[in-house]
Amino acid sequence: MKVLVPVKRVIDYNVKVRVKSDGSGVDLANVKMAVNPFDEIAVEEAVRIKEAGIATEVIAVSCGAAVCQESLRTALALGADRAILVESDIELQPLAVAKLLKAVCDKEQPTLVICGKQAIDDDANQTGQMLAALMNRPQGTFASKVVLGDGKVQVTREVDGGLETVELTLPAVVTTDLRLNEPRYATLPNIMKAKKKPLETTSPAALGVDVAPRLSHSRFAEPPKRSGGKKVADVAELVAKLRNEAKVIA
Amino acid sequence: MTVLVIAEHDNNELKPGVAQAVTAAGLAGGETHVLVAGANCSAAAAAAARLQGVARVLLCEATHYADGGAENLAALLATLAPGYSHLLAAATPFGKNLMPRLGALIDVAPISEIVAVEGPSSFVRPIYAGNVLVKVDSTDAIKVLTVRATAFAAAGDGGAAGIEAVPAGPDLAVSRVIGREIVKSERPELTAARVVVSGGRGMGSGENYHKVLEPLADRLGAALGASRAAVDAGFAPNDYQVGQTGKIVAPELYVAVGISGAIQHLAGMKDSKVIVAINKDPDAPIHQVADYGLVGDLFEAVPALVKELGG
Ligand SMILES: Cc1cc2nc3c(=O)[nH]c(=O)nc-3n(C[C@H](O)[C@H](O)[C@H](O)COP(=O)(O)OP(=O)(O)OC[C@H]3O[C@@H](n4cnc5c(N)ncnc54)[C@H](O)[C@@H]3O)c2cc1C
Ligand SMILES: Nc1ncnc2c1ncn2[C@@H]1O[C@H](COP(=O)(O)O)[C@@H](O)[C@H]1O
Repeated sequence: MKVLVPVKRVIDYNVKVRVKSDGSGVDLANVKMAVNPFDEIAVEEAVRIKEAGIATEVIAVSCGAAVCQESLRTALALGADRAILVESDIELQPLAVAKLLKAVCDKEQPTLVICGKQAIDDDANQTGQMLAALMNRPQGTFASKVVLGDGKVQVTREVDGGLETVELTLPAVVTTDLRLNEPRYATLPNIMKAKKKPLETTSPAALGVDVAPRLSHSRFAEPPKRSGGKKVADVAELVAKLRNEAKVIA
Repeated sequence: MTVLVIAEHDNNELKPGVAQAVTAAGLAGGETHVLVAGANCSAAAAAAARLQGVARVLLCEATHYADGGAENLAALLATLAPGYSHLLAAATPFGKNLMPRLGALIDVAPISEIVAVEGPSSFVRPIYAGNVLVKVDSTDAIKVLTVRATAFAAAGDGGAAGIEAVPAGPDLAVSRVIGREIVKSERPELTAARVVVSGGRGMGSGENYHKVLEPLADRLGAALGASRAAVDAGFAPNDYQVGQTGKIVAPELYVAVGISGAIQHLAGMKDSKVIVAINKDPDAPIHQVADYGLVGDLFEAVPALVKELGG
């Protein structure tokens, strides 16, 4: 069976973003980029499923500009077997990405798709659920454990109050939560090997997908700053301030 | 223009977030309806009918809605959607799981975690871990939204909407719940609590987390929260995680204990009214957002605080 893993190239999680002074967008010039952390977890899970002898092939897919090849090479260095870039220079919103991934899945027929639960740039938390809907397949979102069985997959999900385990009929879409696994680091030999692994490029037009944005984004702004930073000398002062100044305790 | 709010519930009671979603619905459109789908959930439907601003409750009962799974619910919603201008749910794991699936089924680009409604097609939402707020305009005929509950007041009780039964859709039978580990806590619900006490990696162990923080939470009537590091280390359950990829809280008082204040954590709590940080590192970023920073060892400071509070 094949496992397909969508990976998104996003701003590195350590970077503090800045809004352009005219409010037209976020300043991404010279900012460090990385694979979305949830997608690294997804690649790791797929590779472990292959190492366990259950999957035969792990395919990484990224949708976006030509530079997304970097993210695909990272996925290949982490153990994916081959990669597909759906190249587009226009902004791809989650619904468009889901449609592109659906078209790729129609061709590749993976038994399992493992997405990240959320991209840390748009914080949408949508694509996996939408892909599952478009494929008319079940979804196991926010997974902290994935166990493949015969024609089924059991997914333990992080939900309100604790954990819930669902059994889904394969093929299915899973989205990763933080505690699914701890991704390995790419070793130098594997980074070298990744350069030789196949990376195919296609396009929205070739896949027959309309990717025109449905949502328009404007007026980017930083939220009001908190005026924090005050220190108290000791516990007595803290309690006095909470009582008399902030008035949040009786 | 009629708006449909999808209620999360346990068949008896509505979950936190529904009353806030009803408020957001009122801002987005005209009349507000609430869908309560489940099994033997008439008590939850009655609770929805009491929410102020609700004109009608749709009650849809079938055993295959009992677990709130997205596959069957999204299919049901797709048949109801043409009658509505907006469909919305609170941005909880339930709503986040469901609404994008609905969006794709009806070819609508959903909008996640709105924090303001500026018009029927115009919303504001945070991106980049809450470091940026952006205005989003939708060109779709129907809007599919999730709502950040902390950004909207809860609709009050006192309404008396009519309850109407609607026929169930088919059971797709592709997903079933086979296990649950749900911890029932006596404490207030994290996202609805007036006070939240959160612990981070500085707690050192799960035992310390409970031993040190519980007396403080008891004294303050607080919910317990945690940083990702504390959850990853097993000090606290997963649904205690506050942050960009966990829960969003905005209590009157947030006490961060042994938490450094990474942007991902701040994303989940920086709209709290008053923030207290207890951290031995004076340069920890949490102190920059804290109204009251106490620099010191939490193992001394927290028990002393409990004592000072008269606990
Ligand atoms: C994709 C992604 C998503 C994430 N999502 C979240 C999220 O939703 N929520 C979240 O919280 N994090 C999230 N993180 C993790 C985040 O980046 C930080 O790693 C995390 O918040 C750190 O937790 P911490 O503050 O408890 O630990 P640390 O950063 O290790 O800080 C521990 C603090 O405790 C203090 N301390 C230690 N001992 C004592 C003592 N005895 N007395 C007083 N102070 C003491 C130290 O000075 C230090 O400041 C995410 C990261 C990624 C990559
Ligand atoms: N442009 C993209 N290319 C590949 N995968 C993507 C892309 N956008 C989103 N995804 C996948 O969908 C997940 C959720 O993204 P989002 O819905 O944008 O929060 C990510 O973690 C990826 O697995």
